[in-house]
Amino acid sequence: MKAYFGRRYTISASHRLHTEALTAEQNQATYGKCNHPHGHGHNYVIEVLVGGEVNAETGMVVDLAALDNAVQERVLDRFDHANLNLDPAFADRVPTTENLCRTVFAQLKDALPARELDHLRVAATENNFFECFAEG
Amino acid sequence: MIFLTRRATFSASHYYWNEAWPEKKNLEVFGRCANRNGHGHNYTLEVTVGGEPDPVTGFVVDLKWLKGVMEREVLSAYDHRHLNLETPEFKQQIPTTENIAIAAWRRLEPAIRAAKGAKLTRIRVYETPEIFAEYRGEA
Repeated sequence: MKAYFGRRYTISASHRLHTEALTAEQNQATYGKCNHPHGHGHNYVIEVLVGGEVNAETGMVVDLAALDNAVQERVLDRFDHANLNLDPAFADRVPTTENLCRTVFAQLKDALPARELDHLRVAATENNFFECFAEG
Repeated sequence: MIFLTRRATFSASHYYWNEAWPEKKNLEVFGRCANRNGHGHNYTLEVTVGGEPDPVTGFVVDLKWLKGVMEREVLSAYDHRHLNLETPEFKQQIPTTENIAIAAWRRLEPAIRAAKGAKLTRIRVYETPEIFAEYRGEA
C-alpha cells in the first residue's frame, strides 16, 4: 500500500537576483526589488514529500531519521545561513526560488533511495511557492 | 476537474509499539513515541475531492455535507480519543500518521462514493505543522 510522508524544513538565506546576461537596466526591470545590489534574505520553507510502501512492521513509509540526515547534510548544512549567490550551484544560474527548488530536488534525489522523492515545494515567502515533481 | 479541500482538526493520543518485537527493539525504532503511557497531538485532516462543478449550484460538493461526513466518519471516532485503545483499526495496526491517513480514507471513501458526486482523491493528515502523511488510494 503506497502512502506519502511529508516533512517541512526551513532555511534562512540571502540572495540577489541578477544576471550578467542582461544590462543593469534590464536586470532592474526584470527583478525589481530583488535586484538591489546588496541582496536580501528569506526564511525559505522546504516541504519534502516522499512516497513508498507502508512497512507492515513499523507502519511507516520512510525512516524519518534517515530523511532528516539526508536533508541536514545535503540541504541545511549547505544553504542555511548562507548567501545563495556564492554557492557553486548558482555560479552560472540566478538563485531564484525556481532554481533553488531544482537544486534541492537534485541534491535529495541522489541522497534518498531510488524513486522515493515524489515532490518538493519551496516557499520564499508565505505568498509564493515553487514545486518540482519526480518525472514519470 | 476541480479539486476541493476541506480541513478539520482533531486531538488524540497514541503510542507506537509493535507487539511482535521485544521492548528493546520498540524503543530503538520508535524512540519517545514508544512510551506506553501515550502522548498526544493536534492533528489536521485535509480531505480533497475532485469533480466537475454542478451547472446549477457551481459546487463540486456541498461543503456543509462534506463537513458532516468528516465529522461523522472520522472526527467522532478520533477526536479526544486514544487511537490505540479506542479505535478498532489501530488494535492491530500502529497509529502512525501514514496509517491514520489510510484509515481516514477507508472511513470516508464509501460515504463519498455513495453520494455519487465528487470522488475522494487525497487525504492528508498533519501530526504537527512539520510532519504530514498523504494517501491517494490505490491507483
